[in-house]
Amino acid sequence: MSEWWTYRLGSFLMFSPRTYAGLVERYNAELWPLQPLLVALGGLMLAWAWRARSPGPAQGRWVWALLGAAWLWVGWAFHLQRFAAINWAAEVVGWVFGALGLALWWAGALRGGLGFGAGPPAVRIAGLAIVAIALVGLPLLGAVLGRPWAQAEVFGLMSDPTALATLGFLLLAQRAPAWLFVVPLLSCALGGALASAMQVPAAWLVPALAGAAAAAAAWRGRAVSRGARAGPA
Amino acid sequence: MPSPHPARRTWLNEALALAVVPWLPVPAGAAPGPSTAAGTAPQTRVIPRSGEALPLVGLGSWITFNVGNDAVARERCADVMQAFFAAGGTVVDSSPMYGSSQDVIGHGLRRGGAAQHVFAADKVWVAPASRGPAQIEASRRLWGVARFDLLQVHNLLAWREHLPALFEMKAAGRVRYVGITTSEGRRHEEFEQIMRSQPLDFVQLTYSLRDRRAEQRLLPLARERGIAVIANRPFEQGDLLRSLERQPLPPWVADWQCTSWAQLALKFVVSHPAVTCAIPATTRVDHVRENLSVARGPWPDEPARRRLAAYTDRLA
Repeated sequence: MSEWWTYRLGSFLMFSPRTYAGLVERYNAELWPLQPLLVALGGLMLAWAWRARSPGPAQGRWVWALLGAAWLWVGWAFHLQRFAAINWAAEVVGWVFGALGLALWWAGALRGGLGFGAGPPAVRIAGLAIVAIALVGLPLLGAVLGRPWAQAEVFGLMSDPTALATLGFLLLAQRAPAWLFVVPLLSCALGGALASAMQVPAAWLVPALAGAAAAAAAWRGRAVSRGARAGPA
Repeated sequence: MPSPHPARRTWLNEALALAVVPWLPVPAGAAPGPSTAAGTAPQTRVIPRSGEALPLVGLGSWITFNVGNDAVARERCADVMQAFFAAGGTVVDSSPMYGSSQDVIGHGLRRGGAAQHVFAADKVWVAPASRGPAQIEASRRLWGVARFDLLQVHNLLAWREHLPALFEMKAAGRVRYVGITTSEGRRHEEFEQIMRSQPLDFVQLTYSLRDRRAEQRLLPLARERGIAVIANRPFEQGDLLRSLERQPLPPWVADWQCTSWAQLALKFVVSHPAVTCAIPATTRVDHVRENLSVARGPWPDEPARRRLAAYTDRLA
């Protein structure tokens, strides 16, 4: 792209905020009352992940299976089936979401390599808080900022809460490979950019929380490395 | 989303209420060019290469017509198109880059039975250029027209490959005119070189009351080379009007028959003698009528245009 410095974030917005809001509203209406059920399911997944005492129990695998399904659903039902009609980039995003959904199934549900349980308490608390914000905080904040409930972005249906919750669950896992963070982090960055281009209040929140999750994961990684170097006492 | 022209209805209502909009004659020394066949028809300018007349105000579709599958919004866009054609407009511009806009235009043309009347201007926007013909055909099907009147290379993407193919299409009668586009002042040097070296019928560029970069070289060159000019973003996607909405219109434009900044900004653009047509985009029927009405009024001369530009520079 030549003269890239002449482009603003808004230069890439190819639909109006009203059109986007209408799309989300119709999507929510078509799927009602799935929204409260998904928030409740997310709460159950959080309880399973938080209370797990040892890596690899069946409940932990269910968490990743459900998260993978959420990514597949958002990729297909939102990005490919709906958002792509007004944003050609959503077609690519939809397939990437699908790929991560399959990756979460493979890594978490099939291989069982993302067990919950042990881990630095601070990182686990950060993961708990981020999932809670994704499930409840984001829809509530939208309402407080004046967004109608009909346009609420809910976990399992929309990108931002699903990506943010996934980052939280990855922090709750005993260990998680860095590559699993990439797509959720990119999704949160894109979501923030989209919100900013549409001049949505508090557009910085989701990218900021994603950044905090990345920092917590990096800190956990260094702590684990130090522990491994120190060896058994 | 707030209206891009929040002050327009206010200005219009005030003007109508006060009945202070007399039809004034074209002032002495007015910019040359526009002509009209009837009192109510929008004034036109000719395409230099062919002599075909185009109404001075067309209809853009960037963002405004990208409404996807929203049935209500699609009908609203069709209403806008219907009002546009009813007011004498013909030029509609789109691009495969504009999401669902082409499909929505096709819906509007089918609903209004206007496929025979539209001056269909679209673009090719794909690389590698070997995919250009397929993209153009897909666009044509979405519009539902027999052929495009104008095909433009969007933002100069792969123009070296696309332009020969478009000229071949023109020679074969599968498109009537060929052009290139840019926006927001980008790549003007390269744009100028293409204007000098290629037998273009049209160029499309950004020209507005505030963004007048095209005046320096491109607009004079278009006149010199006999290239028609489509001016995009005359309202800078609403930014220009938002920056002016709290300011009063200058009193010395009273005889321009403009009752809003939108009309004034559009009149400034289409009164440039090199501009063949401006393509403001809108989702509102009242706005499209207001835009078309600009193409019927008297025309400011060059000193008056300079004075307006200087006045606006101090405000916007």
